[in-house]
Amino acid sequence: MSRNLWIGAALSSLIALAAIVSFIWTPFDHVAMNIPNKLQTPNTTNWLGTDQFGRDIFSAIMVGARTSIAVAFVAVGIGIGLGVPLGLWAAANKGGWTDEIIMRGNDLIFAFPSLVIAILITAILGAGAVNAIIAIGIFNIPVFARVTRGGALPLWEREFIMAARVAGKDRARISAEHILPNIANLLIVQATIQFSLGILAEAALSYVGLGAQPPTPSWGRMLADAQTLVSLAPHLALIPGCAIILTVLGLNLLGDGLRDRLDPRLRVQRT
Amino acid sequence: MLRYTLKRLLSLAVSLAIASLVIFAVIEVAPGDPASFMLGINAQPDTLAALKAELGLDVPKWQRYVSWVSGMLVGDFGTSYQYRTPVSEMVADRLWVSLPLALYALALSTLIAFPAGIFAAAQRGAPGDVAVMGATQLGVAIPNFWFAMMLVLVFAINLRWFSSGGFPGWENGFWGGMQALTLPAVALALPQAAILARVMRSALLDVLGEDYMRTARAKGLTSRQALWRHGVRNALIPVLTIIGLQFAFLMAGGIIIEQVFFLPGLGRLIFQSISARDLIVVESVTMLLVFAVIIVNFTVDLAYAAVDPRLRSRT
Amino acid sequence: MTLLSVRNLSLDIHSASILHNVSLDIAPGQIVAVTGESGSGKSMTAFSVMGLLPKGARPSGEVQLDGTDLLTLSERQMCALRGNDIGMVFQEPMTALNPVQTIGSQVAETVRIHTGASRTDALATAGETLARVGLPPGRFPLSRFPHELSGGQRQRVVIAMAIALRPRLLIADEPTTALDVTTQAQILDLLQDLARDDGMGLLMITHDLAVVADMADRIIVMRRGEIVEQGETKALLANMQHPYTRMLFAASSHQVDLPDAPSDTALLDVRNVTRDYRLPRTRLFQPPGHFRAVDDVSFQIHRGERVGLVGESGCGKSTLTRAILGLEPTQAGTITLDGAHVYADGRPNLDVRRKMQVVFQDPFGSFNPRHRVARLITEPFHLIADAPIGRARDAVVADMLEAVGLSLGDAQKYPHEFSGGQRQRIAIARALIIRPELIVFDEAVSALDVSVRAQILDLLADLCRQYDLTWLFISHDLSVVRTITDRVLVMQSGRIVEQGETEAVFTAPQHAYTESLIAAAPVLPDLDPAIGAAAT
Repeated sequence: MSRNLWIGAALSSLIALAAIVSFIWTPFDHVAMNIPNKLQTPNTTNWLGTDQFGRDIFSAIMVGARTSIAVAFVAVGIGIGLGVPLGLWAAANKGGWTDEIIMRGNDLIFAFPSLVIAILITAILGAGAVNAIIAIGIFNIPVFARVTRGGALPLWEREFIMAARVAGKDRARISAEHILPNIANLLIVQATIQFSLGILAEAALSYVGLGAQPPTPSWGRMLADAQTLVSLAPHLALIPGCAIILTVLGLNLLGDGLRDRLDPRLRVQRT
Repeated sequence: MLRYTLKRLLSLAVSLAIASLVIFAVIEVAPGDPASFMLGINAQPDTLAALKAELGLDVPKWQRYVSWVSGMLVGDFGTSYQYRTPVSEMVADRLWVSLPLALYALALSTLIAFPAGIFAAAQRGAPGDVAVMGATQLGVAIPNFWFAMMLVLVFAINLRWFSSGGFPGWENGFWGGMQALTLPAVALALPQAAILARVMRSALLDVLGEDYMRTARAKGLTSRQALWRHGVRNALIPVLTIIGLQFAFLMAGGIIIEQVFFLPGLGRLIFQSISARDLIVVESVTMLLVFAVIIVNFTVDLAYAAVDPRLRSRT
Repeated sequence: MTLLSVRNLSLDIHSASILHNVSLDIAPGQIVAVTGESGSGKSMTAFSVMGLLPKGARPSGEVQLDGTDLLTLSERQMCALRGNDIGMVFQEPMTALNPVQTIGSQVAETVRIHTGASRTDALATAGETLARVGLPPGRFPLSRFPHELSGGQRQRVVIAMAIALRPRLLIADEPTTALDVTTQAQILDLLQDLARDDGMGLLMITHDLAVVADMADRIIVMRRGEIVEQGETKALLANMQHPYTRMLFAASSHQVDLPDAPSDTALLDVRNVTRDYRLPRTRLFQPPGHFRAVDDVSFQIHRGERVGLVGESGCGKSTLTRAILGLEPTQAGTITLDGAHVYADGRPNLDVRRKMQVVFQDPFGSFNPRHRVARLITEPFHLIADAPIGRARDAVVADMLEAVGLSLGDAQKYPHEFSGGQRQRIAIARALIIRPELIVFDEAVSALDVSVRAQILDLLADLCRQYDLTWLFISHDLSVVRTITDRVLVMQSGRIVEQGETEAVFTAPQHAYTESLIAAAPVLPDLDPAIGAAAT
C-alpha cells in the first residue's frame, strides 16, 4: 500500500515546491497584463495559456499555491494548537464537568454549517486571507479535540497508564508523556485530511469573493473569474480546478499512506 | 424509548438556545449600523433616530434578543431592514429552493454511495474494490463548485440537456423545478457520495471482522448472505452519523452552488443581506440553517435507536 | 464407526506452515478434546474442519465426515453442511451474537436457511432449542436482545444456534474460557449432556487441562501444529508418553515453595471500605441510583504475608484493587499502609504510593509501546526523591533485569520484542525496582500459557525469598491462588464472605459461596509424583 504514500508525497511536494519557487521565480510576472496576448490556450511560451487580460496562468497557479497552502496550514495550526490540548484535557478528566463542557461545545460547533459561519465571519470582519484562516481554523478546533479525545480515551484504560499512575505521575504529565506520543500518528493523519479540506474551503471562500483579495492570486478566485468565459475558454476553469484536485488528492493519498504505515496494529504484524 | 426521545429533545432545545445566543452575539459585534448604512453618510441625526426607532434598534440589546427569539418561536422572524417586508415571507420562498436541493442531493448521494460502498467491501482487494476506491479518492478531491461549472459546460452549454441556471418556480410545474435542480444536486452529491461510500466500505469492513459474522458463517450462511443479513445493518450505525453531518455540508455547500447556478435560494439571500447590512435577515437565515442541522441530527439520533436496540434500553 | 476422520491434515497460510500431518477420529457421542498452548494450532484444526479459514490458507490431506471429504466440497456445499451437519460454538459469547437481532431470530435463522421453514415454524423450533439449552421462552422471551443476557446465557444462545438442527458433529472452540467457574461448570455439563443425548460427536478445543481431564473421552495434545500424543483419557493420564505432555500436565498443577511468613505486624489495613458508582439516571427528575461495588470490606495484610483475593467477574475485586492503590477515592472507610492513608485530601498520597507497586494481567497492554525497557522499568523512580542517575541507574536496571531472569542486553529493547512471559518479567522488575513494601498482582499470570505460568510462579517464590515480599494476589484461578498465598479472601457481590488460611479455606470452606466456587472448578486428577517433578 506504500504506492499511495509515494504518489501522495510526490504530488504534495510538487505543489509545495511550486509555491516555494514562486517566491524567487515565475515564468512571467503573474499580474502583468498583456491584452493582445489574451485567452491563449497552452503553448510553448505560456505553458498553461493566458487569461482574459493576457496574464500568464502558470505563474498565477504557482503564486496561488502559496495562498492555498498558507491559509490551510495556519488553519490546521489553529486546530491543533487549541483542539489537541482541549481533547487531552477532556480525556484526562473524562466524565467531569470540564469534559462535558468541552464536548458539548464541540457538538454545538458541529451543528453550525461550517461554510455558512465562515461566510458570516468573513462578511462581518471583512473579506481577506486572514479572516478566511480564522473562519476555517475555528472549525478545525472541534475536529482535533474530538480526534484527540477519541484516541486518548482507550489509552487511559490501558494498563501502562495505570502503571504510570501507580508510579505517581499526574494526569497532565501522563498526557504529555504517554498519551500524546501514542496518538501522534492519529493526529498526523487527521492533519493531512484537515489540510486538504482547508484547501477546498479556501477555494470556496475565494470563489465567492471572501478569501484573499486582489492582487493576491488564489485558485478559487481564478475560477470565479473564469465562470463567465467558460464556454469561450474552458482552460481558464479547467487548470485551476485541476490544481486544486491534484493538491487535495495528493494530500489525501499522503494521509492514507501515512495511516497504513503508522498504524501500530499493522506494524506489530510486520515485526 | 420515550425516555431516550425526551432526553434528545431536551438537548435539542438547549442546543438551539445556545446557537441563537451565539448567532445574535456574532452579528451584534459586526461593524456597520444598518440605519446609518441605509441613510448614507449625510443623514441627519433626527432622521437616523427616527429610522432606528422604526427598525427597533433603539432598545437595549437583550430586549432585541428576547423579542427576536420569542418572535421566532411563533414564526415571526421580524421585518427586513432593507425591504420592509416580513423576513418569514422572504425566507419561505427561498427555503423552497434550498431545502429541496439539499434533500435531492442527499438522496442522490445515498443512492450512489450505498451500493458502491457495499460492492467495494464485498470485493475487498479485488479490481472492483480498487476501481471504486480510486473513483472515490478522486471524488473527495473535487471542489463541488468547480464540478458544477464543468457540468454546466458539458450538459448545459454543449449538450443543451439542461438550462445553465435560474429557477422556474414550483408553480410552473414540478418537473421543471426538478430539472433546474438536477445539475446543482449532482454537483453537490457526487463529492459527498464519494465520502459516504468510503465510510460505508470501512464500516462494513469493520463489521466483517466481528465475531458474529463468523458465527453467521458457522450457521451455514454464505458470505454474501452474512454480509446482507448481519453486516449492513450493523454498519449503518457509523454511516448514519456521516449522513447527519453531510446534511449540514449540503445546506452550506448549497449556498455556493446557488451562486454557480443563479438559484434564488437561501445562499443568495444571505449574500445580498450581508452586503446590504440587513442584519435581521442574516440572523434569521443563519438560525434557520442551524435549526435544520440540529433537527436532522435529532432525527439521526432517533434513527440510531431504531437500528440499535442497545440504545433503546439504555438511559 | 467413526463420524469424523481427519487424515494427515496440513495447513499453510501464505507461506507459514500452521498444521502438519494432523490425524484424529471422532465417533458419534464421543467427546474428543484437543489441547495445547497458544500457537499449537488447536483452533486452526477446528476451523479447517468447518472450512472457515482465513484468506490465503491452503489445507491439504483429508477431512472425512461420514465418508465425505470436506476439503473437496465446494463453498456452496460447505454452506449447506455448516449449521446443519456441523455446529460450532465460539470462545467469546459477548461478541459472538449480532447485537441488533433478537436471540429468537438468530436461532431461527439456522433453521430457516437450511430447511426453508416458515418464520413461525422456525421460531417455534428456536424456542424449543433455547428451552433445551436452559433458556425457556417463558423466562427468556425470543424477543430478547443479546445485550439483555449475561455471558453464560449468551453462550447458551450460541449453543442453541449450533444444535438447532441436531448436527452430527459439534465443535466447541474454548467455549468456557471467557466465563466464570460456576458458569463454566454449567456450560460444560450442558455440552456433555447434548453430546450424550443426541449421539453427537463433540470436538472440544481448550487450553484448560482440568476441563480436558474432567469431561473428554479422548485427549489430543498439540504443539506447534503437530499432534504430540493422543489416547483415551484414562490411559493417557495414567501413562503419558511424550515429555511435552508430562510437562504440560505438571505445569498445570505446579506447586511452589514459599518461605514462611515471618511477622504479624499489620502492613495494609483496610477498614469498612465502601465504594459506590453512580448509575445513569433511570428517570429524568429523580436522583441517580448507585451501584455498591465494594461493600463494607475490612481486612489486614501483615508484613511478609502473601494474601490472595478470589471472586468471579463483577464481584468488586478490581474496584477494591484500585482503591487500595489509591487510584480512586472511597465513599466510606479507611485504607492505610504503615498507618498512612493511601488517599488523602482528595488526591493519592505519594508517600504511600512509593511503598506499593502493581503487576497487571495483560502483558501486551501494560507498557508504553514507544519506550525502551530501561525507561519502562525505571518509571517508578518518579516517586522517590533521590533516584539513582547515570551509572548508578544503569546498575540498578541491570540488577533488576537479572533478578527477574532477563539479561542486561534487554534494557535497550522495546516491549514488542518480548514474549508474553518475558513481558510479565519486565512488569515484575518495574514493580520491584523501588523495593516497595507491598506488591499487588492483578490477575498477573492469568493470560499466560501454563508452562510460562509455572515459570513466573517459581520466579515469584524466588524473589520472595530474596526480597521478603508482601503481596496481594488477585485472581479468578483458584489453583494458582492456592499455591502462591498464605491466606485467602473470598469476595462475592462487593463483600468479603470468607477469609482464612489458604489451605484451611480450600479444604474446609465455611461459606456456601466458597464451597460452590471450589466445587465448580474442574480439577486435575492426582498425577504420578514422578510427573510433578518433571516440571522444573
